[in-house]
Amino acid sequence: MPANGQRALEAQAVLAGVPKVPGAPKPDPILVASSVVRRFGGLSAVDVEHVEVQRGSITALIGPNGAGKTTFFNLLTGFDAPDEGTWSFNGRSMGRLSPYRVARLGMVRTFQLTKALNRLRVIDNMLLGAKGQRGEHLWASLLPFLWRRQEANNTERADLLLKRFSLDAKRTDFAGSLSGGQRKLLEMARALMSEPELIMLDEPMAGVNPALTQSLLQHIKMIREEGATVLFVEHDMDMVHDISDWVIVMAQGQIIAEGPPGDVMKNPEVIDAYLGAHHERALTESGESLTTGDTI
Amino acid sequence: MDLTFVLGQSITQALGVTAIIYCLAAMGLNLQFGYTGLLNFGQVAFAAIGAYSVGVIVISFGASLWAAIPIGLLASVALALVLGIPTLRLRADYLAIVTIATSEIIRLMVRSIALRDTFGGANGINGKMGQAFHDLNPFHADIDLPFLTWTRQDLWVVTVGWSLIAIFTLATWLLVRSPWGRVVKGIREDENAVVSLGKNAYVYKMQALILGGLLGTVGGIVWAIAKQSVQPDNFVPDVTFFSYTILLLGGAARVFGPIVGAIIFWFLLVFVGEFLNQMIAAGWITFLLPTDVGPIRFILVGLGLMGLMIFRPQGIFGDKRELALDAR
Repeated sequence: MPANGQRALEAQAVLAGVPKVPGAPKPDPILVASSVVRRFGGLSAVDVEHVEVQRGSITALIGPNGAGKTTFFNLLTGFDAPDEGTWSFNGRSMGRLSPYRVARLGMVRTFQLTKALNRLRVIDNMLLGAKGQRGEHLWASLLPFLWRRQEANNTERADLLLKRFSLDAKRTDFAGSLSGGQRKLLEMARALMSEPELIMLDEPMAGVNPALTQSLLQHIKMIREEGATVLFVEHDMDMVHDISDWVIVMAQGQIIAEGPPGDVMKNPEVIDAYLGAHHERALTESGESLTTGDTI
Repeated sequence: MDLTFVLGQSITQALGVTAIIYCLAAMGLNLQFGYTGLLNFGQVAFAAIGAYSVGVIVISFGASLWAAIPIGLLASVALALVLGIPTLRLRADYLAIVTIATSEIIRLMVRSIALRDTFGGANGINGKMGQAFHDLNPFHADIDLPFLTWTRQDLWVVTVGWSLIAIFTLATWLLVRSPWGRVVKGIREDENAVVSLGKNAYVYKMQALILGGLLGTVGGIVWAIAKQSVQPDNFVPDVTFFSYTILLLGGAARVFGPIVGAIIFWFLLVFVGEFLNQMIAAGWITFLLPTDVGPIRFILVGLGLMGLMIFRPQGIFGDKRELALDAR
């Protein structure tokens, strides 16, 4: 697998010319959000003035717990409704769109708490990701000859993805029998089945053991090499540094910094917001992400 | 003590009209609860809609049975929409609350004095509402085998009833192994995951609610035709709970679960009842009166079902490994 292939160099080259300030405009944004506000009672969980995500890049969204990262994800993907704000994906306005429509347009997300469909087999989890299935219509489902060929094509594609994510041996197991790390892989592979243009990963590395983390990172890089855009939420600065082309930092609902990973991590404002009173602690959470029993 | 009689009664009932009605209701619940995860606690409302459509349209309005059946099915779809539109966007429990309340509202409404002219009040509607169906009866004689006794009317209802169940079972089998079935099973596991993959979960849940309700309504239509009488107090929530019992007995999310469940449930219920009756008549049991048998058979069958849930919680056809996954 290419560690840092052609697309990575391209993305980094393009982003090198972008000013390192919050809300910086990107040369070719796939996602643009403006004045997005979500309040829970008196608390503004999200208050993003402006943010753009460069097409073809891996962008990390980081920030301390409670910064509003997941809430922002939920808003962008239609799982939650904002109090104010607009955003567009590929130039198309996306506000107030149902989450399933957001996904159909090519903006597919995963969840922080992995949502493997436990009592479905791994291969059925995968097939569920495929778009535009004729057999998913009630009447057509009764007439297998209408969808059998499409199903075979989807199955072939699903098997290729399972192989790539080293889940092919688990093909006919129930997804509920997989380990935590394998579920993360399955969820990512399933999202790829829908051939998204922008894949949004909510803490893809949480609860995954270090060995599997490396392979997850490679998979995320592969997604970029294939031309998709990745936006992901993460805590662990080491991993962010390793794979992201651009980092957006959130704290208390607002975007406080942007830039390439190296610059962002030296930014005193970020260190302040991120660590608060615990300056002496390391910027990693490797102790937390060590979960016994997660094997591949 | 006439064991042949006890067995004969049990087998006749296990394959009879009542078992067919409950089997249809449980097949509906299987689609809704077993595959899609919808908690419909008002399946009896769908059965009542079917039975009362036949009774009201044929007897109260004097129209044809063949008009009553499609109207009943349309009314069932309407009920599913009324129940589903406000609740299916909410958490699963809301559907459960709304459906059980609706089933009682419908029963109390058809029972009311104000609407007695249409629905017959507490006495219900009695009359030859199924005559048009019985006129088509191709059988000329009753059936009277050692273990099976049906009148020619019952024989005709039972033949059509099990044929319908066979057709609906085939349709269910086709549905649940298709991509449509995969989506609804996904919704059962985690609705948000399915939505995040671009499926409109709301529409699928509505479809499952309508289809399952229609099966219950067919059960109600069979009821009215077979018994030529519909009474409000036949449509108490117990019918829903017996249907759930049947479903879990056979195994939820198993195509043949409701059939096997209905046969076993009615066999056990009748067998225990008749057996106790015979023992009392023969003087072997002296501490019970014949009138105690009704409740006691439910106690005994209930204990048996508790045992089943403890030792085989997945039902007869279920896969225990699948059930174990829920614990994670």
